[in-house]
Amino acid sequence: MEAYISLFVKAVFIENLALSFFLGMCTFLAVSKKISTAMGLGVAVMVVQTITVPANNIIYHSLLKEDALSWLGITGVDLSFLSLLSCIGMIAALVQILEMILDKFFPALYNALGVFLPLITVNCAILGGSLFMIERDYSLGESVTYGIGSGFGWALAITVMAGVREKLKYSDIPGGLQGLGITFLTAGLMSLGFMAFSGIQL
Amino acid sequence: MSAILTSETKKVLIKPLINENPITLQVLGICSALAVTSQMSTSLIMAIALTSVTACSSASISLIRNHIPSSIRIIVQMTIIASLVIVVDQILKAVAYDISKQLSVFVGLIITNCIVMGRAEAYAMKNPPLESFMDGIGNGLGYSLILVIVAFFRELFGSGKLLGIEIFELTKDGGWYDPNGLMLLPPSAFFIIGMIIWVFRQVKPEQREHVEFEIMPIAHGEGGHH
Repeated sequence: MEAYISLFVKAVFIENLALSFFLGMCTFLAVSKKISTAMGLGVAVMVVQTITVPANNIIYHSLLKEDALSWLGITGVDLSFLSLLSCIGMIAALVQILEMILDKFFPALYNALGVFLPLITVNCAILGGSLFMIERDYSLGESVTYGIGSGFGWALAITVMAGVREKLKYSDIPGGLQGLGITFLTAGLMSLGFMAFSGIQL
Repeated sequence: MSAILTSETKKVLIKPLINENPITLQVLGICSALAVTSQMSTSLIMAIALTSVTACSSASISLIRNHIPSSIRIIVQMTIIASLVIVVDQILKAVAYDISKQLSVFVGLIITNCIVMGRAEAYAMKNPPLESFMDGIGNGLGYSLILVIVAFFRELFGSGKLLGIEIFELTKDGGWYDPNGLMLLPPSAFFIIGMIIWVFRQVKPEQREHVEFEIMPIAHGEGGHH
């Protein structure tokens, strides 16, 4: 249990996908102008991340890994080079299915998240999470924890960023720094703040 | 060569370098731009990988652009891009194993790099293959330019080296330069890109963003509420 808590804290703060691996930066910068929309996207990312990381974990361990097909009686086959294609296909399919389920059963949530769902397919944080899971060879339990943690960390980062930017728009910023420039500097300072967690050992 | 470089292809090749730089103006593909830039060697490899993927994917998507039904075009584009990235990934593992280990997941993340997808969607779906190829190379080079500038500062000031060759003699080896550790950490990449954007927009004021709230100038001699 302790190992899972430690992994969760690590995924949220120390190895924050947005601020220490720069994943999902495009949407992070584009959709962080208002707290409410940022939070909506954050929740959507968290949900998709929680489902896709374990799903990719199952596919990788039962189909693609070296000798993973031994339950079919096939040995010596290493399909791990296909993991990129299977991960992105899995993500695209899951997002599509999620969109249909939400549309059918939770129309309110669908309307709130609607615009962001298709954006998530090309969000590097989602693919990055799955690829890190493969690279670090997480077990199924660990991958569930990592999925929730990294999604939550990303949501936290984009919400905080939106809060800062809502205040920033009243500031007197030099013309050339207006907009994107100052956002980068703010993200840098936030990333510096998150680095303060890096010494934590649980 | 002059036959290939017509005015149109030249335009799409040069324009994304400064005037329509994918990173500083269109805010595309920043994800990987930051993570691989603590060394020149990794960022050069990344730049070459991304440029070739963008060029080849734009060209091949443009070749079949009239046959893709628009409802499934995203998934078709994704599959083409993912296959090209797998090829690049395998080549890197074969010829430059150490660097591919350092780049870790970021080669795979070229799939979701918005530049590749963005150019496929915005340019290759409407234009013939040759122009799309050039447009891909141009945008890849615009990305590479920023990547190399960021990596130059980070490696030079962070470890006193360029491409692994010592430029500044470090104090720990009896030299004069005390390396700035911050440059090797993630925040410095944000700061440097922010500064690059500032410089670009100072030189080219037409790239500046619209100000949402204008600050009212205080009139002199009035409003003495101290």
